Amino acid sequence: MSGMSKIVKTITSISIPFILIYGLYVIAHGHLTPGGGFQGGAIFASGLVMVLVAYGSVWTMEKIKEKNLTMLESLGAFCFILIAFLGLVFGTVFFNNYLVGSNSIFGTVPAAGSGLADINTAGVIPLMNFAVGLKVIAGLFAIVLVMAYAISKKEEK
Amino acid sequence: MNALEFFVVNSPIFAVAIPLLGAFLTPIFGMINDKLRNVFAIFIMIITTGIVFALSYDVVTNGIRTYIFGAQDLSLPVVRILFEVDAMSCFMAIISVILAVVALIYSWAFMKENTGLDKYYTLLLLMTTGMLGMELTGDMFNFFVFLEITSISSAALVAFWINRGKSVEAGFKYIVISTIGALFVLFSIALFYGQYNALNMAIIANSIQFTFLDKIALVLLIGALAMKAGIVPLHMWLPDAYSKAPSSVTLVLVAATQASLYGLLRLCFTIYGNMITLSPVSIGWLLVLFGIVTILLGVIMAIAQTDLKRLIAFAAVGEIGYMILGIGTGLVTMSPSISAAGLTALKGGIFHIMNDALDIGLMFLVAGAIFYATRETSLDRLGGLARNMKYTTAFFIIGLLAVSGLPPMNGFASKLLIYESTYQLNPILAIIAILASILLLAIFVKVLHSAFLGPALPRFNEVKEVPKSMLFAMAIIAGIIIVFGVFPDIIITNIVEPAANALVNNAGYISKILSLTGGA
Repeated sequence: MSGMSKIVKTITSISIPFILIYGLYVIAHGHLTPGGGFQGGAIFASGLVMVLVAYGSVWTMEKIKEKNLTMLESLGAFCFILIAFLGLVFGTVFFNNYLVGSNSIFGTVPAAGSGLADINTAGVIPLMNFAVGLKVIAGLFAIVLVMAYAISKKEEK
Repeated sequence: MNALEFFVVNSPIFAVAIPLLGAFLTPIFGMINDKLRNVFAIFIMIITTGIVFALSYDVVTNGIRTYIFGAQDLSLPVVRILFEVDAMSCFMAIISVILAVVALIYSWAFMKENTGLDKYYTLLLLMTTGMLGMELTGDMFNFFVFLEITSISSAALVAFWINRGKSVEAGFKYIVISTIGALFVLFSIALFYGQYNALNMAIIANSIQFTFLDKIALVLLIGALAMKAGIVPLHMWLPDAYSKAPSSVTLVLVAATQASLYGLLRLCFTIYGNMITLSPVSIGWLLVLFGIVTILLGVIMAIAQTDLKRLIAFAAVGEIGYMILGIGTGLVTMSPSISAAGLTALKGGIFHIMNDALDIGLMFLVAGAIFYATRETSLDRLGGLARNMKYTTAFFIIGLLAVSGLPPMNGFASKLLIYESTYQLNPILAIIAILASILLLAIFVKVLHSAFLGPALPRFNEVKEVPKSMLFAMAIIAGIIIVFGVFPDIIITNIVEPAANALVNNAGYISKILSLTGGA
């Protein structure tokens, strides 16, 4: 797939930061608002797919190697399990939420009653959302990238 | 809490989490070195095997072990995921880990020339994780999740030789069947949750009323799990998937099929256990009928095959029939109360699960070895291989004797139990089962003759014996087959009998969870 017109490329360049930041926002607020690692990761990955469509798969493949994406994907899954194992090490059982009430990162217990959401809560859940988000971003984008690249190779023949 | 105690208490989760961790570390090791990655995968699986054996020893001596995720006590029984491990779970887990270790050792040489092996090892470890999860879990929804993990990774592995169209077709068929089955399971879980507000197997089993919705759920679950276990008439995916996957994958696929069979057992004996002791006859006879049809169809279809792997796949269908026959006979005989005869039938059925995995697994490994050496699976074009591949021939003869249930192999021990108990139920069933075994013998003797014996074919003059890692993998299974065949008593009293007792003791399974929740 070759790139599209200059207008499309320019608009893509302008709008891409907003899409990516929105994706990251959905991941980071997974424990407070609807969404989470998977949903935010899908938004982020679709932003990357927009770049892929606008600039063409050959150009994108030069910038981002599929092998690195696979590594990132494995890393995301690995972090998720590692956090679950840390629950066993620092807490008592596998998947234990050992950060809640520890007053460290994400460690505050939210105040009772209605009020503004506090992002610094929920213990390991946001960390697991980050891990899932990383996996989904890398995984989804790798799938689309490889498929688009394969189609462009076919068109050349 | 000392280290050993800590290890045993956490062993249910280690058995699932360590292969999962290993699966995602494998690509990282694969970037460094191919051999290091293979060693790492085998190492992870051997650790898992050790954990499963330690867990089994603990469960058989001290009774059911539970593991609650994320908290120490079961304050919220509805939402807490928990593992509940009884002797039956351990029995199945032992089968899975043995086959997975052997498959990884076999893959070393067998898959060497392929590309994308990082993904192969990751998927193989993920598939093992899924199977172990299905077997150890005590939660319906968790069972569904692990069922999906197993299905997706198996489908990808069935289609691993993606340059061959037929592999892709088999993989596609498998994923379609699995998805339909998984949706059935999900729908019946929704029916349970809607009625009893619980996802835990023991809690559902405790409060089940056998309403109309429960009957629908039973039908859907039996349909889905029978489809995944390859019981006739839902076996259509199995010969394709078994014969088109790489042999090492087929070995693990046999274990995955049996994990679904375990789900079927858990369903009949635990979740619907209270109801089945009241009116078991219908489900028991249904299983007996399925068993007989599966045996007959599998064996008869095997006669007609000319492709070696497809032939073994149909023989595998027939062998599944024996397990179902044994278990169904057990259910029928135990209709008013638990009886010794029913327990014997159940023991035969359960023991045959392990024996089938080993026998059919060995056959597939031999077929893979023939393919590796000659690049040929059609029986019409093979011949005279015994001259060049004497060890493989010996392993094939061991497998042949075991599959057709001849002493002194393990197949004899379990099939004899099944024959005895079905004869007491109805002699015709036993006669059909014995006749099918004789047919299996005839089929595999035909294979022995057409593949290994006969005149030397000039195009196979250059054929060499397969590499040592493949021989070693086959030797492990052949060794276990002979040990089980010569000392069946030790295996039956130490592993099979606790499993059968655990399966019928659904009151114990339920009360273990209720005691954790304080009887709520």
